[in-house]
Amino acid sequence: MVLGSARDIVEECGVPRLVFTDFPLGNPSGKPYDAAMQKRIVAMGLDLLESARAPRTTVQTPFVWSEDQAWRDNFMRVDFPNRPDAEA
Amino acid sequence: MINTRRNETTHRRFVSYIDKSREYYRALGYRTAYRWARFDEVPFTALRKPLCEAAVTLITTAMLPSNENQGVAAPRTVCSIPAHDPPAQLSTHGLYWDRQATHTDDLDSYFPVHRLQEFAGEARIGRVAARLHCVPTEYSRRSTTDRDAPEVLRRCVEDGTDAAILVPL
Repeated sequence: MVLGSARDIVEECGVPRLVFTDFPLGNPSGKPYDAAMQKRIVAMGLDLLESARAPRTTVQTPFVWSEDQAWRDNFMRVDFPNRPDAEA
Repeated sequence: MINTRRNETTHRRFVSYIDKSREYYRALGYRTAYRWARFDEVPFTALRKPLCEAAVTLITTAMLPSNENQGVAAPRTVCSIPAHDPPAQLSTHGLYWDRQATHTDDLDSYFPVHRLQEFAGEARIGRVAARLHCVPTEYSRRSTTDRDAPEVLRRCVEDGTDAAILVPL
C-alpha cells in the first residue's frame, strides 16, 4: 500500500493500493507536526489494506494543503524566457 | 497553467508531475523525456490474516543520514532501521520534493513510524515489523526491480512481515 502525493506517477506505474493526499511533494503522510492528520492518513491506509479487492485501488484523503493553491504552479515552474517555445 | 482557484474545472485539480518534469527538463535542453515506470499488469494480494494480527512495516525513499562531518555520502543501497529505535530524522537530500512549499523536519510527515506504533498500541495492527526499510532512488529501473526490491522483500520475509506501507517522497 502506498501513501503518496504524486498521483499521476504512482498511477502510471500501477500499484495495488494508493492513499492519495493532494499536498505538495514532501509530506505524503500528513502536514509536519499535525499528528492527528498523520494518524487519519495512516488509518485510511490501514482501512484500504483490508477493504481493497483489486489492484489500482486509489482513495483520496479529504485534506487541503492551504487556501492558497499557488504551490501547484510554483513547483518546477518554467518561467519565460526559459520556456521551450521561447527558443524560436 | 493549472487552475489556482478551487472551483474552476478547466483542469484536473491534482498536479501532473509527469507533465511538469517533462516541461522543466525540456526547458533545460534535455531532448528525450524521462520514461516513467509503467506496468500493464499490477499484482494484488489480499491480507492473509486479520490486520490486528499482522506485522506491518514502512518503506521510504528517504535514506539514513550520512556522516556529513566526515564527508561520507550515504550508501546507495537498501538499509534498514530497527523499529524500536527509529532515528529523529532521515535524509531527504537530493529527492524530488517541494522545498518552497514545505519541509521535512518532522519525520512522521513522510515516515509515520510513531503513528504506526500508536496503532500497534491500540491493537489496530498486530505489531510494527522488527525492521523498517530505506530504498535508494535510482534512475536505473533495473537497479530497483532486480537489486533493491528483492532485497527489501527478503528482509520483510525474514522478519515475518505481513504488509508494507510504501511512502515515497
